[in-house]
Amino acid sequence: MNTLQIARLVAAKDLRIEWNSRVFVNQVLPFAGVTMVIFAFALDADSVLQRVAPGLVWLATLFSLLVLVQRAFAVETADGALDALRVAGVDPRAIYLGKAAALGVQLLVLEAVLLFAAVVLYGQTIPAGGWVLLVTTLISATCGLAAVGTLYGGLAAGFTGRETLLPLLTFPAVAPVLIGATRAVEAALGTAGAVVSDGWPWVGLLAVFAVAFGVGGALAFGPLIDE
Amino acid sequence: MSVVELDDAVAVLGQFPALAGATLRVEKGEIVLLRGPNGAGKTTLLRLCAGLLPLVRGTGTVLGLDLATHRESIRRTVGLLGHQNGLYLDLTVAENVRFWGSTVGASVDEMQVAMRRLDVAGRLADVSVNKLSAGQKRRTALACLIARRAQLWLLDEPHAGLDASARDELDDTLTQAAAAGATILVASHELERAGSLATRSVEVVAGRVYDVVPGDPGSGNCEGEA
Repeated sequence: MNTLQIARLVAAKDLRIEWNSRVFVNQVLPFAGVTMVIFAFALDADSVLQRVAPGLVWLATLFSLLVLVQRAFAVETADGALDALRVAGVDPRAIYLGKAAALGVQLLVLEAVLLFAAVVLYGQTIPAGGWVLLVTTLISATCGLAAVGTLYGGLAAGFTGRETLLPLLTFPAVAPVLIGATRAVEAALGTAGAVVSDGWPWVGLLAVFAVAFGVGGALAFGPLIDE
Repeated sequence: MSVVELDDAVAVLGQFPALAGATLRVEKGEIVLLRGPNGAGKTTLLRLCAGLLPLVRGTGTVLGLDLATHRESIRRTVGLLGHQNGLYLDLTVAENVRFWGSTVGASVDEMQVAMRRLDVAGRLADVSVNKLSAGQKRRTALACLIARRAQLWLLDEPHAGLDASARDELDDTLTQAAAAGATILVASHELERAGSLATRSVEVVAGRVYDVVPGDPGSGNCEGEA
């Protein structure tokens, strides 16, 4: 089997695990929802919430990303499956791409739910002209987050204290995604007078980031999980 | 052609030569017990044969593939089972076997045969692995090895954590697998149980491998290199 076929197998396996365990639905989504509610309590005024809603959506996404990545590698290390994959000679690029794809699917669902929460909780509106930019931003930012999360998740999986190491590694690396995605979503939503055309350069940044970390992650993942 | 051929093999862990000139031949269908104290090099020997450690000196082949140049290929043809089973606890038995079998393109029939051979088909097939007993998990892990067509089984303390009946089941499984053509290397401290299972025993001492005197499996007396 080639690398892409194995990657698809790994992604399907990870999504099947989430389907069987319901951790994403029963724990991650409620955690993200609670985070959005807490932001609403903290900032209170509607005008402020609507102004900062895009940033809050991405902050909640980042917090939830950590939970998802921890989970994605906890299932690999609980009974030595990641070691078994390595011992079986499974292409590490395929493991990386498969795990990143499964993470990306979950992130997309999560972001859709968070945007819906922003509409309901913060009174945010999505103008008709902003949908294409919004969807493109979600996809490109998700690719970047999944690429970084999988890379550092694999790195941290072999260390004790990985729960605290992962955010320490991940947050600085995804800062460009947080900035770019927030600006692009602001443009899509027309926040603070921004227009749709303001958002596309940020989408370009997100795409470059996703490709750089995707390619780099696929090449580095093998040595990272190897002895 | 021997399944495993090591001549004066040296493998290091960090700076330490965990195998210091090991010589060993293992033929197809054999169950070979690796004996020896902790730190003697048993696990290192298994990991070398699995293609996980580089051969620093000497020569070695596994299933006809050179350990110096074909470690990646060797990994795909051997199965190493250590203290953990390498299973996904939130998947069912059948889903685990399907996943591992699919990594080598095994057919549905092959996977069914693997599950039937290990007696994890039927009722157990749709049970989540985290609900299985230790013995059932071990059998599932071995079914995964069969599904992914491992020709050489490298087992590190396979009886650890199993109760008496699960140990008996495991021994039956290994005996049947060897009869069906699998070659098995077992590292164990449980000399009586593993010794009765094995067709031959070797002693690993300070990174070298010695034949054990036939008929005296628990004595620790050694002769010539294996």
